[in-house]
Amino acid sequence: MASTETLRRPVSGFRISRKMLPYVLSLPALLVCIGILIPFFTAVIYSFQRYRLSQPWARQFNWGENYLNFITDPAFWNTLKVSLLYAGLTVTLELLLGLGIALLLQRRSTVNNFISIMLLLPLMIAPALAALMWKLMTNPSFGILSYLASLIGLHDFRWASSPDTALLTVVLVDIWVYTPFIMILLLAGLRSLPTQPFEAAALDGVPRSFVFFRITLPMLTPYILTATLFRLLDSIQQFDIIYAMTQGGPGNTLTVFQVEAYLNFFQSTNVGRSAALLIILWAITYTLSNVFIKNWLRLRERARGEA
Amino acid sequence: MDTMSPLERVLRGLALTLVVVFFMFPIFWIFLMSFQTNETILAIPPSIVFSPTLSNYAALITGKLQTAAGTLDIAFMRNLGNSIFLSVASVAVALVLGVPAAYAFARHKFKGSEDIAFTLLSFRFAPPLLVLLPLTQYFQWLGLSNTYFGLIWVYQLICLPLILWIVRGYFEDISADVEYAYRIAGHSWFATFRKIALPLAGPGIAAAGLLAFIFAWNNFVFALVLASADKQPVTVGALAFVTSSGIQYGQIAAAIVLSVTPTLALALYAQRYLVEGLSLGAVKG
Repeated sequence: MASTETLRRPVSGFRISRKMLPYVLSLPALLVCIGILIPFFTAVIYSFQRYRLSQPWARQFNWGENYLNFITDPAFWNTLKVSLLYAGLTVTLELLLGLGIALLLQRRSTVNNFISIMLLLPLMIAPALAALMWKLMTNPSFGILSYLASLIGLHDFRWASSPDTALLTVVLVDIWVYTPFIMILLLAGLRSLPTQPFEAAALDGVPRSFVFFRITLPMLTPYILTATLFRLLDSIQQFDIIYAMTQGGPGNTLTVFQVEAYLNFFQSTNVGRSAALLIILWAITYTLSNVFIKNWLRLRERARGEA
Repeated sequence: MDTMSPLERVLRGLALTLVVVFFMFPIFWIFLMSFQTNETILAIPPSIVFSPTLSNYAALITGKLQTAAGTLDIAFMRNLGNSIFLSVASVAVALVLGVPAAYAFARHKFKGSEDIAFTLLSFRFAPPLLVLLPLTQYFQWLGLSNTYFGLIWVYQLICLPLILWIVRGYFEDISADVEYAYRIAGHSWFATFRKIALPLAGPGIAAAGLLAFIFAWNNFVFALVLASADKQPVTVGALAFVTSSGIQYGQIAAAIVLSVTPTLALALYAQRYLVEGLSLGAVKG
């Protein structure tokens, strides 16, 4: 064996030392990402500048002014309110619905497995295209949902074009796209639970509500937490659905963080304000993602352990 | 479970039916719409009985849309081509960069390895516009605005973390002893990686690649900010479509159907791996 090694050595030219190997393997991936870290720091700098694309000559550091202005800026508070409302509503409703569906599909059967695969489809449609589908269905002149609404007496129900129902409509689209995400995670969780506690409870004639709240839910908690945080992180940054559906309108009804930052940058060309908004959003998601990653790691360890 | 009363059975069946209708109806309806002309689409009450037409698809494929105001050129096929090219190239790059890195993270606990892996993961959760808006200016300086190269680079933000974390999990599942045995037999680490690790993790790598493809295909915001009409994928292209006046609604529906078919087909094919992929390896399906 040693002879083949010595024979090979001159052919391969040089050998990467064992210690360096992992660095060499991960370096290219790292380099690609560093190019992406630079804009992040640029954004931090922008957020401390007075910087409008329309007035490049007036660009200068104003330190915390962009942030301080937010305190008295009703548009900012509207952004914060709508973002939190959107995230809160979507995640809560998707969690309840997703848990419900997962419980309905828990038992392995051909029909249940088929349905759970079918339900994945909305999740695999680009959110921007899903928004477009719902736009066609809620069109006032031919939308099937507008027609159905008129059948139950809601004539001229305007869906996303009315400030009263715009939030409701985009939340509905979000629910349609992302409930399957929570559903399949919780379904996988439910099906991986040990069966003994449930068999014991059934033998003892324990009421089903007690089994659900005292056995199922506690054992499912890590899955619920991971799914919820995952969704929360995405939902508070939602852009695709809202932008494709209403571009933040009507008026400023749906100017969530990323939509408002996008409009600030490209329409009012206020780069400083746009960057400051995104930094605040980043601070929120960074805090959430730290909680999330801890949870996710625990779950991952367990999944690897069982593998 | 076996003690289900008939009433409960009926209620469960009813609830499941409602769920299936809610989630499947939009897909079904848009699919039907794509075979209709404006006359049948605008009919009240709406009807699912109509004589289907392929004219919407024909118009998209030829790129000539007949409208009341004349012929409108729509480069939807170009959008479709862009989507295919951007997604395939992004996944290929992500696999070349990500698989060796995933192997390094799985096999060698080197200094800073966890920090690097988590930094890569954190990209998945950062607001994309935070990076994209300054990037528009850097891309102008670098001459990368509206280039496939620039877009593919940025697409790594979605593809790389996905590949890295899923494939890493698959490498960790392979017993290191198998590799040691092969190395003791006198083979180099590269031969071990190629002959042992890669084939064993093969299904996982394929699944991660398919998922990364779906996510790249479905991305909207990167191309919206960084690409002009000639480089835009279907997600952005279809949106521009809606605002053009005098268009046939059925053509929008047909464009949506063409745009979602590839991801839906791949998802059905790879559904076994979706749970693991969507949770970045935290939940096994």
